[in-house]
Amino acid sequence: MALIETLLEPLSYEFMRLSLITAVVVGLTASTLSVFVVLRGWSLLGDAISHSVLPGLALSAAFNLPLTVGGAVAGVVASVLIGFVESRTRVRNDTAIGIVLTGAFALGLVIISRLRPTVDVFHILFGNVLGVSAEDLVITTAIGFLVILLVSLFMKEIVSFTFDPMFTHVVGLPSALIQYSLMIMMSLTVIAALQTVGIILVISLLVAPGATAQIYARNLGQMIAISLAVGVFSSVAGLFVSYYFAVSSGGTIALTATLIFFTALALKRR
Amino acid sequence: MDALNVVGLTVHYGRLKALEDVSFRISTGSLTAVIGPNGSGKSTLLKTLVGLIKPMEGTITVLGTSIDKARGRIAYVPQKEEVYWGYPLTVWDVVALGRIRAVGPLKPVSKKDEVVIQALEKAGLSSLKSRKISELSGGQQQRIFLARAIAQEADLYLMDEPLTGIDAEAEDRLLEILSSLREEGKTIVMTTHDLSSTLEMFDNVMVLRNCLVAFGRPEEALKAENLAKAYGSERVAMHLSDVNRVAGWR
Repeated sequence: MALIETLLEPLSYEFMRLSLITAVVVGLTASTLSVFVVLRGWSLLGDAISHSVLPGLALSAAFNLPLTVGGAVAGVVASVLIGFVESRTRVRNDTAIGIVLTGAFALGLVIISRLRPTVDVFHILFGNVLGVSAEDLVITTAIGFLVILLVSLFMKEIVSFTFDPMFTHVVGLPSALIQYSLMIMMSLTVIAALQTVGIILVISLLVAPGATAQIYARNLGQMIAISLAVGVFSSVAGLFVSYYFAVSSGGTIALTATLIFFTALALKRR
Repeated sequence: MDALNVVGLTVHYGRLKALEDVSFRISTGSLTAVIGPNGSGKSTLLKTLVGLIKPMEGTITVLGTSIDKARGRIAYVPQKEEVYWGYPLTVWDVVALGRIRAVGPLKPVSKKDEVVIQALEKAGLSSLKSRKISELSGGQQQRIFLARAIAQEADLYLMDEPLTGIDAEAEDRLLEILSSLREEGKTIVMTTHDLSSTLEMFDNVMVLRNCLVAFGRPEEALKAENLAKAYGSERVAMHLSDVNRVAGWR
């Protein structure tokens, strides 16, 4: 069968096997969070977090710290900063996000160009499947496992927070802890996606699967299931397209997710 | 025992004085309405009482203790607009969230949870429990928040504009539920724009305009001079006292 050959042939390469598993894990992780990103209205915040991870990555690389630590800290610092700007001035949330996002991203670029002029920023931003190492896979899998475990264990707390954060605080749950845990999980997912999708295009996997799922889902369980399917399919399909057409995997993965969303939207309208 | 004892409460947003030296006591098992024009500090007062806003000055004693220690025994019922109704949850799902702390982490709320079943019953939502929240009317949305607060087994209910945007029938229903909660010894404080005859059924009315204009029995608090002070215009005040006269009191 030609189709099977088409699917199996790339897997004869070590880098493609590693990339494929990574892509599946990233797809699962990002689309799990995607449900809550979409329901809480955090798409822009997710974008800000993904951009802000850059200076964290650059600094942790410079000081030989784990990328996950630097990325998570940077993501949370950016989120706190957005809240701070919002509460101390009259600017609205999207303006606060716009300022912090660009500032953090610019800082990241400056640090990288100063400390590691040889690093290809393009690969960090948009992914580089050839660069997936076995070590990356271990980190990505660990992050994916952690995120999915935490979300399943604390599902009702996360639902409560994303539906009504004020209630969650007043009823006596640690709402700030839930909020920052979600932000840390988003930052970690961005780092997990570093090689396959890149830190910028990963936002498509944090938004499109949940958004697609919301078009069809009648309850939260269905929404999560559809989101996971869309996330994994986009990652895998995007990776194969990227292989056969020798184009950026980050681009094809994000594009597949976007196409699925619009297809779902068009089919629903009919 | 007082459900609320507030002394010298002052809250500023930057240079804006939201609340200035507000003091009052509300006894347990009472129903209090907080009225005042937009920007008079009504919502700020409720948010401060649940600990969402930190006061600059003043002491707040809630249910005989501090806000932090009373957390969980206070229910905050937000305005309908504060949540996203497209969230794919059913009425039961939202009301069950009231049990989230009692049930504890790592366990789902049981479908047979008696407290949830009774909260739905009290709020008149039993027949709607499998309905998606996106398909509810404004009055029903308000009642699921109330049911969630009942499921929380709170002793003090702080409600932000629960009567806004619901029709007269839904309003009657809501007030009926609040009366029965009061009979159970619960304390209810709600902000409202609605200055109609319904204020008659309240034990206390608080008139706010960033400071405490009046606080007491409805017929005392709603005197024309107090309303004129709060709303800043004789005309509004006269209109309001007309409403009172038509309603047959004062």
